[in-house]
Amino acid sequence: MRMPRWAYTIVGVLILAVLLFPLYWMVNVSLQPGGSAVGTPWLPIHPSFHGYSTALSQQGRNLVTSLIVALGSVVFSLLVATPAAYALAHFKVRGANLVLFGILISQMVPGIVVANALYSAYNDLGLLNSIPGLILADSTAGIPFAILIVRAFMGNIPQSVVEAARVDGAGPVRAFRSIVLPMSRNALITAGLFTFLFTWGDFLFALTLTTTENVRPVTLGLFQYIGAYVNDWSSVMATAVLACIPAVILLLVAQKYVAAGTTGGAVK
Amino acid sequence: MADVEVAERSPLTTEDQPHKPASRTPERALQLLFLVPAVAYLLLFFGYPVVKNILMGFQHYTTSTFYTGEAPWVGLANYSAVIGSAVFSKALVNTALFTIGSIAGQFVIGLALAVFFRRKFPLSGVLRSLLLLPWLIPLIVSGTVWRWILDQDNGALNRFLGAAHLADRPGWLTSTSLALIAVIIVNIWIGIPFNATILYGGLQDIPEELYEAAEMDGATGWRAFRHVTWPLLRPVVGVVLVLGVVYTIKVLDIILGLTGGGPANATQTIATQSYHLSFQQYDFGQGAALGNILIIISLVFAVLYLRANRKAVDE
Repeated sequence: MRMPRWAYTIVGVLILAVLLFPLYWMVNVSLQPGGSAVGTPWLPIHPSFHGYSTALSQQGRNLVTSLIVALGSVVFSLLVATPAAYALAHFKVRGANLVLFGILISQMVPGIVVANALYSAYNDLGLLNSIPGLILADSTAGIPFAILIVRAFMGNIPQSVVEAARVDGAGPVRAFRSIVLPMSRNALITAGLFTFLFTWGDFLFALTLTTTENVRPVTLGLFQYIGAYVNDWSSVMATAVLACIPAVILLLVAQKYVAAGTTGGAVK
Repeated sequence: MADVEVAERSPLTTEDQPHKPASRTPERALQLLFLVPAVAYLLLFFGYPVVKNILMGFQHYTTSTFYTGEAPWVGLANYSAVIGSAVFSKALVNTALFTIGSIAGQFVIGLALAVFFRRKFPLSGVLRSLLLLPWLIPLIVSGTVWRWILDQDNGALNRFLGAAHLADRPGWLTSTSLALIAVIIVNIWIGIPFNATILYGGLQDIPEELYEAAEMDGATGWRAFRHVTWPLLRPVVGVVLVLGVVYTIKVLDIILGLTGGGPANATQTIATQSYHLSFQQYDFGQGAALGNILIIISLVFAVLYLRANRKAVDE
């Protein structure tokens, strides 16, 4: 006794409707007029964008901060991770396994331990409340991930391709830049996209390594909204919606990279 | 790790230039340069914090340390204070319940969804990518949204339960008996996409012929799952479960966003308590001591993780 295929579609849509209800609710509340706390309608029948205008005026600066930190972390992570990924995949360097082992172990280190030590170090170095400080700390998520995922991809580039370039007189740096990097484009995009998402969503380092309003990522802005008594949930939810935009864009335009990143994350 | 070992044994590079031994040393140095930035970063942002935390665990390290630069050594005083406090056993039990509850829920629902999506049907691809959304959005966003949904007086859940006459406004996040359950439910919601996606990937690798053969032997549905799917999925299951534990044990964002560890420490875990000690009571020494305990717990699972990882690579 098998269900017809369209019955699967109906069941699937129902499952997704239940699972994604919280996100629907977020959008619904964000569109309610007056930020009504009591008896929010189940549908945004009279949509209002006042929540978004409040969110943009109060959190616009924080969104820009998040964007700068995330882009900075993508650039920094790829610069650090890509050569290492290539070395680990193609060179017979002593200690390569030790580096890989270190990366795996780094995944067991709780963020709070890193934050605890970085706080005093940053305090001495003047990196608290700074964009570079956040970029460096947030890359703890991006760099190990990027090394593993790019290395896995570069391992599939035949040694002979690189050797051919070397025979033509290219040094290891040029072979890397003009042969390996262009061939690894997809892996680099995947690593970059996920580094962006990790950093954009970072909350712990934003919470512990910033203390003033000068440098405040939107995740922390959102947390401080709900830390006090909330009387305008539309603005809070509008901020939440705005903080989801990168994830949504990613799903819409870069689906195949997302799929590669998700599975890559486990096989590492 | 397998391809690195192969590369080590490969004689290509040495055979390539046997007549130019002089060029080997600079080449080798250049190769090491590729690794230097990453190794330096890992040492500074993982190695240093761990060593620093171990040291801080033995020091009286507070805000005054930042002004005076003095952090007197106190031996095991931080550890005895942390372990002796009433919160510790509570946090330890909560960490265990939170981790086990989250993993069990995420895994079972994730596996069910993976099996469901194994069959191709109209829109299945679109639905599968939409499923990822809860995992891709910032954790603190999920915490915020759920906090409002679970609100006692005006939350969507209680309004629904009230309208259906199922329950009378339970205080999901304010009752000491419900808060931990609520936090676990939210964390399950966040983890379902990851589990479903990885397990779905594992299912794709099981050849269709095996199911056809099983069907000829009369094994369909549950029996096909037990005798074909489950045994072949085992390596992936190992990786998913241990990764899940390693990541869940250090969860902080969700709990801080939902309850802040309260009410009355009902949702306090080792990770959140470490945060409270360091960044709210400014006793960095005690925070470090608790963080170190968390690392030791993680390390036990690290061994399991590496074992599962090696097994998955072998297969």
